[in-house]
Amino acid sequence: MATPFYVAPEQMMKDRAEYARKGIARGRALVAVEHAEGVIFAGENPSRSLYKTSEIYDRIGFAAVGKYNEFESLRVAGIRMADVKGYQYAREDVTAKGLANAYSQALGASFMGDSKPFEVELLIAEVAAPGRTDGGGHELYHILYDGSIVDEHRFVAIGGESEALSTALSAGYADDIDRDGAVRLAVGALAQVAGRDLPAGDLEVAGLDATRPRRRFFRLRDADLEAVLTAS
Amino acid sequence: MTAARDELTVGLPTPFDSSGASFFEVLRRQAPAAVPPLLAGQAMPPELLAQLVEGTTVLAVAALGGVVVAGDRRATAGHLISRGDMRKVFPADEHSAIAISGAAGPAMELARVFATELEHYEKVEGEPLSLEGKSNKLAGMVRAHLPMAMQGLVVVPLFAGVDPRTGEGSIFEYDPAGGRYEARDHAATGSGSLAARATLKRLHRFDDGLDGAIRTSLEALFDAAEEDSATGGPDLIRRIYPIVAVIEPGTGYRELPDDEVAATIEDVIALRQR
Repeated sequence: MATPFYVAPEQMMKDRAEYARKGIARGRALVAVEHAEGVIFAGENPSRSLYKTSEIYDRIGFAAVGKYNEFESLRVAGIRMADVKGYQYAREDVTAKGLANAYSQALGASFMGDSKPFEVELLIAEVAAPGRTDGGGHELYHILYDGSIVDEHRFVAIGGESEALSTALSAGYADDIDRDGAVRLAVGALAQVAGRDLPAGDLEVAGLDATRPRRRFFRLRDADLEAVLTAS
Repeated sequence: MTAARDELTVGLPTPFDSSGASFFEVLRRQAPAAVPPLLAGQAMPPELLAQLVEGTTVLAVAALGGVVVAGDRRATAGHLISRGDMRKVFPADEHSAIAISGAAGPAMELARVFATELEHYEKVEGEPLSLEGKSNKLAGMVRAHLPMAMQGLVVVPLFAGVDPRTGEGSIFEYDPAGGRYEARDHAATGSGSLAARATLKRLHRFDDGLDGAIRTSLEALFDAAEEDSATGGPDLIRRIYPIVAVIEPGTGYRELPDDEVAATIEDVIALRQR
């Protein structure tokens, strides 16, 4: 019987992190920007049917970068968890924090325990319930491939060129930005880092709008997106 | 290693998962306690049956421009009136409604699971089910309820809506065994349905449009309340009126405000006064 080689835990984690980071960097980046009425997600995605963003529950949205098959199964798992919880308790009891923790546990367990870690980074956003006074505004959780979780504010970029994107976003971000301004800022940052113009057809823009009734998730497509981008 | 992962990531869907995009199946697997156990073959004792809250008459009418779903507000327990403000018409999603009659507890639960089911499918798949798909799914859920129906907890829903793609309105009736029947242009279920059906048959004209359908629905509920002790008429003292939902291809599901229903009810009453 062959004895497995001993690999130091530090070395194993380093190798796995490098592997996951490489996989994620191959895909296109995605940004999220908070504004007064909600959160918007924007990313370059020429596909008209395979999305990187999704509705999870009434006030909760999902965005991901990395391997499609991996984040797609995580997305469905999140919808399942939210729907089961909302059905058994009440709709307002479903929170982004609970969901983000579950994702963090799943990614963390897989990072150390599986033959290969997930090559994904996730964003879970929640817009404030009407009339909520404690804690203030919206929530934005960034979950990394190793299960670590960061509570982000104002804006965040995930995936390949996240650092360059963050710099571009911070240059244009203002606290009183509105939804359309947030979309233009996000798309502008993506175009700047990509080094070319991004037409509406190559973009996936979605978000959460706290002023909508019940299901806050929306997508900005075609003419609607075009109108927002050209308005400025 | 794999066992530890299975425990932690138990909610992750596997390829070609049998649950697919169905919330009902997910609930059965992830929270079996939330789905009633199968206890077929045991009749419910009469003292329990007498306490069972039952919902009564609901109806649906298809007309030019959409469908109307309406229900009275009475719930009975044995020979007593248990509630005068019960809701029996629920939005299933933006383009359809489910109305319930029979054992109120399980029926309202059915409406809730069904609404979650439709939303779950839409989120997972990225687009809504067709109207026929929704009606079939509901038939399966009523069929799954059959063991409880054998114990006396009969649930009979009525489902109506417009197809999200074609905009065409349809109505589906069910029986306790999960039989699904597409109605031509009107349907009623519950204890007062015989009287309601007679009125609908006599007065309903498809071409009269939604206003005509609203009026006909309220006439039918009024007649059902007069003929059937378990169906409630409009409560003019407490201003509790039937719930009337209208579903149109463009705007989707909306419920008529009370004052609009009250105005039509007054016309219906004036016709019968002498």
